[in-house]
Amino acid sequence: MSEDTATMGKPTLSPFNIVAGVILLVGGILTILRFTQGLDAVTNLSDYNPWGIWIGFDLLVGVALAAGGFVTSAAVYLFGMKHYHAAVRPAILTGFLGYALVVLALHYDVGRPWRLPYPFIMQRGTTSLLFEVAACVALYLTVLFIEFSPAALEWLGLKRARSIVLKLTILLTIFGVVLSTLHQSSLGALFLIAPSKLHPLWYTPYLPVYFFVTAVIAGLSMVIFESTLSHRFFSHKMDAAHLAEKDTVPLGFGKAAAFVLAGYFIIKVIGISAGNTWHYLATGYGAWYLVEVLGFVALPAFLYAVGVRDKNITLIRWTAAWTVLGIVVNRFNICLVAFNWHLPASERYFPHWMEIGISVFIVTLGIVIYRFIVTRMPVLYEHPDYDAH
Amino acid sequence: MSLSRRKFLGWIGAAGMTAAAGRKASAATTHHFEGYPESMAVLHDTTFCIGCRRCEGACNTVNELPAPEVPFTDLNVLEKQRRTTSKAYTVVNQKPGNASGPLFVKNQCNHCLEPACASACFVNAFTKTKEGAVVYDASVCVGCRYCMIACPFEIPTYEYDSAFSPRIMKCTMCHPRVLEGKLPGCVESCPTEALIFGKRDDLLNIARQRITRRPNNYVDHIYGEREMGGTSWLYLSGMPFETIGMRMDLGVTPAPELTAGALGAVPMVVGIWPVLLTGIYAMSKRKEKIAAEEKAQALATALADADAQATAKMDAAMEKAKQEKATAIEKAVKEALEAEAKARAEIEAEAEAAAAAPPQEAPDEDDKDD
Ligand code: SF4
Ligand code: SF4
Repeated sequence: MSEDTATMGKPTLSPFNIVAGVILLVGGILTILRFTQGLDAVTNLSDYNPWGIWIGFDLLVGVALAAGGFVTSAAVYLFGMKHYHAAVRPAILTGFLGYALVVLALHYDVGRPWRLPYPFIMQRGTTSLLFEVAACVALYLTVLFIEFSPAALEWLGLKRARSIVLKLTILLTIFGVVLSTLHQSSLGALFLIAPSKLHPLWYTPYLPVYFFVTAVIAGLSMVIFESTLSHRFFSHKMDAAHLAEKDTVPLGFGKAAAFVLAGYFIIKVIGISAGNTWHYLATGYGAWYLVEVLGFVALPAFLYAVGVRDKNITLIRWTAAWTVLGIVVNRFNICLVAFNWHLPASERYFPHWMEIGISVFIVTLGIVIYRFIVTRMPVLYEHPDYDAH
Repeated sequence: MSLSRRKFLGWIGAAGMTAAAGRKASAATTHHFEGYPESMAVLHDTTFCIGCRRCEGACNTVNELPAPEVPFTDLNVLEKQRRTTSKAYTVVNQKPGNASGPLFVKNQCNHCLEPACASACFVNAFTKTKEGAVVYDASVCVGCRYCMIACPFEIPTYEYDSAFSPRIMKCTMCHPRVLEGKLPGCVESCPTEALIFGKRDDLLNIARQRITRRPNNYVDHIYGEREMGGTSWLYLSGMPFETIGMRMDLGVTPAPELTAGALGAVPMVVGIWPVLLTGIYAMSKRKEKIAAEEKAQALATALADADAQATAKMDAAMEKAKQEKATAIEKAVKEALEAEAKARAEIEAEAEAAAAAPPQEAPDEDDKDD
């Protein structure tokens, strides 16, 4: 892998390029199918199940995993943890790409994607939490774009524009945190309107809080996870500052993640107590709930703590990957598994392979674009002509 | 939803989540929307329903929906449980019932007083009209299908098979016909008294009278009077409502209240976060500044120390140099003196030698001169 990344830019028949090429080709065909034949042709969505994996994975998981951008920039610029500075740009880039792909995925999911600006230009449905999500995502995507632009401007050699943007750093970071808090929590609050459809173990008035806290966990874990991958595949693109962070980022972010996970575990227990839903734990859904809370919250909290104490970077990295998987499990549970739990099995949803195909296509697109950018723009290294900001 | 959770929700909305949302939170706790006065409704008395499916046929006709796969006269479909679809705004389902035979219940949009669908839609595509109907405007709909997620009665459906103009499809309570002074299609076609159209308040009275007059025929509950804050479609049943497929666990909280707390938190976050974050930023900046100052101070002290040391060294060196110089002078003087002494001694010695040795010529000469 690392050999072919060295010759990046020239299309070669490396395994990565072949696999990515096939996925993009199939994705292209599915895209044509989706937009000429309608949702019915490619999805298993139904009147009982209006939301499938394009919402459960592409939107809910996508937005949560893209939280690394606001978490890292807040840590470095607002909380003054300057020693993680080199982690900011890759995290902002992943955040920006993440949100851009979320918006792309929404074009597949909604019935009339060309009307996506309607909530802003036609009629504002301000009583809807989805409106809040839409407004914040749109604004935050813009913020991320501006936050990332210095890398592109350095690449293009536009010094003046770059220095103007850099002056806005703090403002943009604060704006980003506010918007992220709002839409991350609102994604959870979307389900508040359906207490009769979501299983009581997952339905709680705390849903917005849970979504926000898990987004922070996801952000921290993604930064570790992503830095692991980058160090593996793009280390030749890194400068000394980035190479030096190979261990400090997992240690620092792992420690933070251990704390937040522990806190999240506690408020999960509080949620169960407040809703008094203990008796559901004895059911099948209860067992699955315990898997989520013990296996994907308590366990990684513990493993992160051990990893940090022993300075065991490998353990921290595996824990990060496990935690990211836990976020996927959580969002799937709320959107798909525990949603419509009252319906008979015959009415439940399972994704069509083409839905999965589109999701894989979108993720692949993200990886390809990430690779394109980090091999060209100063993301994993400081541009020689510019100081760290 | 249990009463305790509802209470808890209200409590969260009112106190827990937000203080700034006073407006919304208090709205959530004290406000109770009774529906538009004089608004119209339909009473569905399931004890009169014979399962003839004429309402389904009429609905299909007046709404110009596509022809059904099985004609509306075929009653075999009743046994299979059906739901509303994008091609059928209403369906009649047969339920096991009791000894006296099966029961039938018609299902369609309940035209909630405070509709979940309307509260959920992010382009306000739904409107609760003052006549009672909840109507949908396809010209703004984006197709996010959040209304379908939100509706507790699982009514809205979607035209998934349409690539370019998919719409949400649901009962309109025949709003256009009602505006023209006509009855809704289904009500008009009903051969029994299973469906009656009228002012909601009147219908509630009629329903109550029916229950009072024949208490053995009815369960003492008017479904829709309070469910989800009340609906414009009311039901009477001779069997517990659960047994005819109607959920009794929905509670009486209108849908908008479920999200009021979360929406109320928005101004709170927008108000407090920037202040807090700026504060944190200022603190970390200040910490940095202090650290920088301390560093500068340390540097200054170090420099001063170094200076002092250097001066001391210099002084020492000067002293040494002075001493050295003095010694050197002394030495030089001494040497000079010594050299002089030596020179003098030499001269003297010479002179002595000259005096002691042959006193031949020179003294003579001297003498001669004398
Ligand atoms: S029954 Fe459902 S679709 Fe009809 S008004 Fe109520 S929430 Fe909306
Ligand atoms: S599908 Fe249409 S009507 Fe339903 S919530 Fe979305 S925009 Fe509104």
